[in-house]
Amino acid sequence: MPPFSLTVNGRPHTVNVAADTPLLWVLRDNLGLTGTKFGCGIAQCGACTVHLDGEATRSCVIPISAVGTAKVTTIEGLSPTATTASHRVQKAWQVEDVPQCGYCQSGQIMTAAALLAKTTDPTDAQIDEAMTNICRCGTYQRIRSAVHRAAKEA
Amino acid sequence: MERRAFLQTAGGLGAGLVIGFRIPNRGEQDPSPFAPNAWLRIGVDDSVLVVVDRSEMGQGVTTSLPMLLAEELEADWTKVRIEFAPADKAYINPLFGLQGTGGSSSVRAAWTPLRKAGAAAREVLIAAAAQRWAVKATECRAERGAVVHTKTKRRLRYGQLALRASALPVPADVPLKDPKTWTIAGKPTKRLDSPSKTNGRAKFGIDVWVPGLRVAVIARSPVFGGKVKSFDATAARAIEGVRDVVQISSGIAVVASGYWPAKLGRDALKIEWDEGPNAAVSSATISQLFLEKAAQAGVQARHNGDPEGAMSGATTRVEADYEMPFLAHATMEPMNATAHVRPDGGGVDIWAPTQFQSGAQGIGAQIGGVPPEQVKVHTTYLGGGFGRRFELDFIQEALETSKAAGGVPVKVIWSREDDIRNAQYRPANFHRFRAGLGADGKPVAWTHRIVAPSIMARVFPNMVQNGLDGEAVEGGMEVPYAVPNVHVDYALTDTGIPVGFWRSVNNSYNAFAVESFIDELAAAAKADPFEYRRSLLTNAPRHRGVLELAAAKAGWGTPPPAGRTRGIAVFKSFESFVAQVAEVSVSPAGEVRVHRVVCAVDCGMYVNPDTIEAQMQGGIVYGLTAALWGAITIDKGRVQQGNFDDYQMLRMTEMPVVEVYIVPSAEAPGGIGEPGTPPIAPAVCNAIFAATGKRIRKLPIGTVA
Repeated sequence: MPPFSLTVNGRPHTVNVAADTPLLWVLRDNLGLTGTKFGCGIAQCGACTVHLDGEATRSCVIPISAVGTAKVTTIEGLSPTATTASHRVQKAWQVEDVPQCGYCQSGQIMTAAALLAKTTDPTDAQIDEAMTNICRCGTYQRIRSAVHRAAKEA
Repeated sequence: MERRAFLQTAGGLGAGLVIGFRIPNRGEQDPSPFAPNAWLRIGVDDSVLVVVDRSEMGQGVTTSLPMLLAEELEADWTKVRIEFAPADKAYINPLFGLQGTGGSSSVRAAWTPLRKAGAAAREVLIAAAAQRWAVKATECRAERGAVVHTKTKRRLRYGQLALRASALPVPADVPLKDPKTWTIAGKPTKRLDSPSKTNGRAKFGIDVWVPGLRVAVIARSPVFGGKVKSFDATAARAIEGVRDVVQISSGIAVVASGYWPAKLGRDALKIEWDEGPNAAVSSATISQLFLEKAAQAGVQARHNGDPEGAMSGATTRVEADYEMPFLAHATMEPMNATAHVRPDGGGVDIWAPTQFQSGAQGIGAQIGGVPPEQVKVHTTYLGGGFGRRFELDFIQEALETSKAAGGVPVKVIWSREDDIRNAQYRPANFHRFRAGLGADGKPVAWTHRIVAPSIMARVFPNMVQNGLDGEAVEGGMEVPYAVPNVHVDYALTDTGIPVGFWRSVNNSYNAFAVESFIDELAAAAKADPFEYRRSLLTNAPRHRGVLELAAAKAGWGTPPPAGRTRGIAVFKSFESFVAQVAEVSVSPAGEVRVHRVVCAVDCGMYVNPDTIEAQMQGGIVYGLTAALWGAITIDKGRVQQGNFDDYQMLRMTEMPVVEVYIVPSAEAPGGIGEPGTPPIAPAVCNAIFAATGKRIRKLPIGTVA
């Protein structure tokens, strides 16, 4: 197994794993960053969404060998202090009290943060198009409100 | 009985610290001096730790249960923190006699005990302050985490009183506050778990890590009930990271350093299966079986008057059959559990996203060969439950794998395909109705045959009496409409496919059947579906209340937006009453879109209206997903679906606007996690009928031809 170097949340790491190991499992099993979730393994549900150079990416289908020099950001690195969750999307999520079981919310938040970085005030149609993550608890209505709220607080 | 046993145990602990129950697991790592009961620990730093004895799977118990206790404690809500309870008799759900979470029972079960626990603790803290000030307790009052001496305005925080309080007796029976004076319970309150669920720190079962942990992925029989005949693990063992391959009762477990090598190893196994007796079962054979059963009398569940006589004298007769498929839960967090079965009876630890702590402890004791007290159950957050996590299969696998692999701690993780293909499904089911209407269009006779597998026959066989599973007919038997002659019977039909609890359980199918058929009767009577129901709910005021509220808020009787129609349904489950009006359009190609759902709920007295709104939204999404697309189909004894590409989930773009209205009520509390689910499928299908004249009698809806 060749060693792979990657930068996650601003920190360099080197891991010894098979080249086809999805980034998701490197984050979870090798780096202990369990905020990024496993939901389907086929890029359907978005629970594993992270940022690669700022782009929302489903980490369950990105082999570690394809990450290259892209900077990886996970939910743990979204706000400057991991414990306070101070990114405007995280704050909006708390004000709207979005989470129920919470399992999909890391992915939802990462997707929303990437959307708002590009589209400062998204329409409902733009939210529908970008926010394709599955939430089995059905928190979609509050997610929509939270994205609009976060957009206003930019 | 059990309760008395705890009291005796409690007496043995002395110090009078216990209200009703002994205090479990008060150990060296617990610095809180004041722990007057199983649910509360107050620290010198003013922290109020509430031990939550129900599993948090999204339904909000980590907020609603502390709210009940904090209300009576007069706690400072900002100081309240939570911890999940261990498996212990102190935490048995009084509605079940087991420690478990289900049946929309958490608030109902906690309603009195947690308020009493808070009230008694408050009185002890007041007594401690009075002692310290050498004044009468009656001159003192508690407010926002402190005791105040009313005359002198002196004030001591609970943290300052904790040590002194720990030495004082806890009163047995303190009067509870009048709900009219509540300041925490009953008010919209932000969830305590939101912060950790927005920064990735909330720990779910799949996130558990312990020193020396291995991860296992398991190959299971593709056919229900199949067994391993032989297997070759050579290729699996050759994969880097694979540490062990062991046989357990459900199949072959590949034990590795992480999920990925374990999954690669599992996929590399060569297994010959004995497919067992279900290898020829298919959805078509099951439908055929249902038809055969529907043609014969079932076991009587209810009989009033003379349905056959009334039927023959009726002006109009209406007959209809309905059929619904198996459904998987598809929790976002796939099934998983971590277990450490130490060699030589050294005790067992289970870390699991479980709804059933008593069961986990019991199976841990059985497999570990130790008494239950030596099985520690650590409940994590649950990434969805919906009844699937009341099962023990995933915990059993972790225990067996840990034991077979020599006593190392093992986390078993299921892939999504494992999860969809190895569930205990919402039963597939079939319904045959007949009704007779009088000259005024009102029903004079109603017969309903329910043909379905029995969950109880598998889970609690004692609950099936003479072929009648009372749970299977729930919501079908208690038709709220005024019909003088009624017959409901049940044909228990085993299909070989395992069935289990799925959000709202059998209410999910009986609601669709009953609320579709009453709509058919309204149509046959040429009556408005709302007015027809209303006129028949003469003896069901709470049904009628939510029906009228939903209709009014939805603008029933006024023209809907262009291109849309409305459908309505009302249903009681888990002691709560819910009516929904769905606003739907059907495209020329037959595509159904649900634009708006107006939901009225009467759940009696309640704790957190924010959560009620969220649970109604969630229950509607869950039921709507199933109504539109949900079907687990069987071929050659195998589930044909595997992942979200062929078991479709509702997403943002299909989300209707949901409006929730809560009926103010002084009735006893009802459940809230499930009752939002049953009415949505009939409400939507009744709207489709209004749009197209086509009656949907078979779910899922798919495309309306």
